[in-house]
This record gives sequence, C-alpha cells and structure tokens, in this order.
Amino acid sequence: MASVSTNQFKSGLKFILDGDPCSIIENELVKPGKGQAFNRVKFRNLKTGRVNERTFKSGDSVESADVMEVELEYSYTDGEFWYFMDAKTFEQHAADQNAIADCKKWLKEQYVYTVTQWNGSPLLVTAPNFVNLEVTETDPGLKGDTAGTGGKPATLETGAVVRVPLFMNIGDLLRIDTRSGEYVERAKK
Amino acid sequence: MSVNGKSWRPTADIETLKKRAQYLADVRLFFAERGVWEVETPILSTAAPTAPYLDSFTTDYIPIGTQTKQRHYLQTSPEFAMKRLLAADSGSIYQIARVFRNGEQGKLHSSEFTMLEWYRPGLNLHQLIDEVNGLLQHVFQFAAVMRLSYRGVFEFFFKLNVLTCSDDQIKHCARARINSLPDEFETDRDGWLALLISYVVEPKLASLNCPLFIYDFPASQAQLAKIKYDQQGNAVADRFELYIGGVEIANGYNELLDADELRQRFEQDNQQRKQQDKPVIPLDEDLLAAMQVGLPECSGVAIGFDRLLMLALDKQKISQVQSFGFE
Repeated sequence: MASVSTNQFKSGLKFILDGDPCSIIENELVKPGKGQAFNRVKFRNLKTGRVNERTFKSGDSVESADVMEVELEYSYTDGEFWYFMDAKTFEQHAADQNAIADCKKWLKEQYVYTVTQWNGSPLLVTAPNFVNLEVTETDPGLKGDTAGTGGKPATLETGAVVRVPLFMNIGDLLRIDTRSGEYVERAKK
Repeated sequence: MSVNGKSWRPTADIETLKKRAQYLADVRLFFAERGVWEVETPILSTAAPTAPYLDSFTTDYIPIGTQTKQRHYLQTSPEFAMKRLLAADSGSIYQIARVFRNGEQGKLHSSEFTMLEWYRPGLNLHQLIDEVNGLLQHVFQFAAVMRLSYRGVFEFFFKLNVLTCSDDQIKHCARARINSLPDEFETDRDGWLALLISYVVEPKLASLNCPLFIYDFPASQAQLAKIKYDQQGNAVADRFELYIGGVEIANGYNELLDADELRQRFEQDNQQRKQQDKPVIPLDEDLLAAMQVGLPECSGVAIGFDRLLMLALDKQKISQVQSFGFE
C-alpha cells in the first residue's frame, strides 16, 4: 500500500484512517518554538460524510486512498442500486443506498452527477448545484398571486418536498438549488 | 502568467509592505533612543543549535580549486554570534535578522522569516519584559501587557500544579481535553504540555485583548535560560514567552552563563537526536569558548517579527506580511 507522509498533507488529499477513506479539509502545522511538531488535520470521512479532527506527529505516515471523482450520468434504479453511466465508455456503475444518501431526492435521469469512487466503486454521489424538477403534488395555485408571500409545500417528481410560491401548479417545472434544497425560479419546459 | 498555478505577484499587498517598512524604521528608532546598537552577524556557520526539534538548512562551502565540501548551517536565530559579541564587551545590542528553519510551513510558520533579537546586559527578565512592553505599546500600539507564571496558567485552565504533578496526570488531562488524539498517540511530558498549550490555552488566549507574558517555565524546557527556584522551591527556567491573540510571538531568557552546563545541554540534545535517528550537530565551540571567558549577566529576547506584524496589521497568514511568502 502506498503511504503519504504528514509533510505531503494538503487540502483535498485522500487517505485511509481506521479503514475509511478520508479527504483532508485543512492541515495546520502546530509547532511551539523549539518543541516537537504536530499536524492538526481536519478531514471528512468520505464514507459517513462526517467532519472530524485528528492530530498526527509530524513525519508520521498514513495509507493513501485510491479515491477519484468522476462525472457520471444517472440512468435508473432497480430499488436496490442506482445505476450511473460513463458517457464516454457507456460503462455502468452501481451505487448503493449509502452512496446515494441525501442525493436520492435530486436524482433525475440524464443529469450528470459527481461520483466519488474508492477502489473503483461509488462511495458518494453529489448532485449538480441546480436541477429542474416537475411538481407532482401541491394545493391548487392562486391566480394573480405573484408576490410569492408565504408560499406552500410542493412535492416534486423525485419525492423531494420544497417550499414554492402560491401560484405554482402541478406540472410546473422548477429550478431547485440542491445545496440549500430551495426553489429558485420557474424553469422553461 | 504563472508557474504551477502560482502567481508571480507578492503575497502581501503593497500597502502592507510600506507599513512593514515604517515599522522597521520605528523599531530602529526605538532602540537608538535607548542606546542599543544594531549589529549584523553571519547567516552561515559551521555549527548550529542542537535542539532536537529545530532543523537547520545546510549547504556546502567548496573552496575554489578544491572538491572538499565544508558543511555549513543557515542560522535559525542570530543568538550564538550575538553572544560572542556580548562576551567581547559589546554592551546592549539588537539585530533584525533573516533566519531559516527547515520544514516549517503553515499559516503561522515560514521556513524563512525575520527575527528581531536583542540582548540587555544588566537587565533581569522582568525588566526586559518591561522593555518589550514598551516596544509593543509605543511602536505597535498594543494594550499594556499581562503577566502569568506557567504554573498559574496550568492552575487556571487545568487545576493542575504543573511543576509537581506526575507525567500521568498531565497525560490524562491532555487526553481528556484534546479529542483529536488517537488512542495509540504517545509523547513525553513536555510534548503533552505543548499540546495542552497549543490546543486548549492558545485558543482561549485568542480573545484576550492584551499581550500576555508567561514566565517561569518547567526546568525541562530551559533551553538556553538559567534555572532558578520559585517561591515554593520548585526549579523553574527563568524565561518567558509572549502571546498575542493566542499566537506565540517571542521567547526571552535570563541567559545561561555557565559554559560547562551549556555544553552538557548541547550534548544531551545530541543524544536525543541520535535516539531519533536525526543528524548530530557540531557544537558551537566559539560560543563555548566565549562563554568560558565570560558572558555578562544579561537577558535576551527573540521576536518573530512577521508574526508580530501579522497581528498588528490584522492579517490571517504570515505570508500576507512577507513580500514573497515561502509557499
């Protein structure tokens, strides 16, 4: 197994800690004047998504992780796995429930997702910043109310529920910011 | 255009660099008014500090026409040469020196930085703290300083008597207070103490609105300071560290005068280096010879000038006050 030393630590570096792949968010040298040096590392566990902190003695080594990010197009789900396709090679990749996690409610065919792979299998799926989704369920729209005060809940085709202006109707296509889960504007069909 | 994605541009803005120039001029005026004169000493030396966790850059001197290489070290501080001047009756001296520390790089660290170092024969450590306070207030407009003993700091934050408690007590305290340490993590007494300072004390000091001097260090951290006994009869190192905004800025000693004891400390350091598979460093025999002749009773302090500017100018990274940071 390849290893990396603390002196190669930088943000974005992927390594294995306690068996899990992790990505460094921040690496700071802690060194009192003439004292021993430590690396204070803030990292994200790519399996659980949790952010954590760990202290290493400077000069220690950790196992490097074979983690890559690829852009894949979402195809379909059979209920157990979610299938993504490489647009160049047409190769299929199956992601499980853990990898899909919160992204599930933003999955729509033909959109391209960022898939983090570890040893070749999908670890984490990240949605594009914006997706357009159709309203499948909401209270009837109020004509003339374009001020957007208050708003109402609307269920989208993926099952996600977002708050939308009162004038929206079933069948409308909405642009959603997946980072905040908020409605942005009405999209053209 | 850039190389490897890095810009050719300065890492500090021009406005900051002009302020830096003004501060340098003000510092020189501060010392001129006090009769402390400016000296320059060599950056290259055939000897270097032995401190186990201080790594000097090395380079080779090759006399023209030969192939013999003479190992030289770039100074990590101008201390040794300045002490030789003191032993030659220089009187009070200061230096604004460029110093080098291999491997140190980060928000608060730079492998190449500027050190403001001065020595005051006849002043004791607290008189020197008064002078540093004067510099901080008059040149850098900081609030008046606070002073706390190292023992006081540990009593306040950890309810521990750091001078008399066991290694295990310190270790348990560090493990309880620092949750980023893996179970298998081990270090020595001074290592645990340093972790507690870095992880617990420094962040708390960040919100303190005045500089803080911590004095009377554990004797095991004496470095080149004299060891004395505090009021409770515990051996302590007669040195201080200055913290501003939770950042370590300066290190001051009541200077060790005993050449034999210094040689002993150097040799202990080299022993520790051997155990850690680090290169053994040639002792500075010129310094030891000078001290044999006699160093005057004196106090000395080294200030990380870039860090001080960083705090005075409210910058987040050391490279933001250096024309071209070591990045």
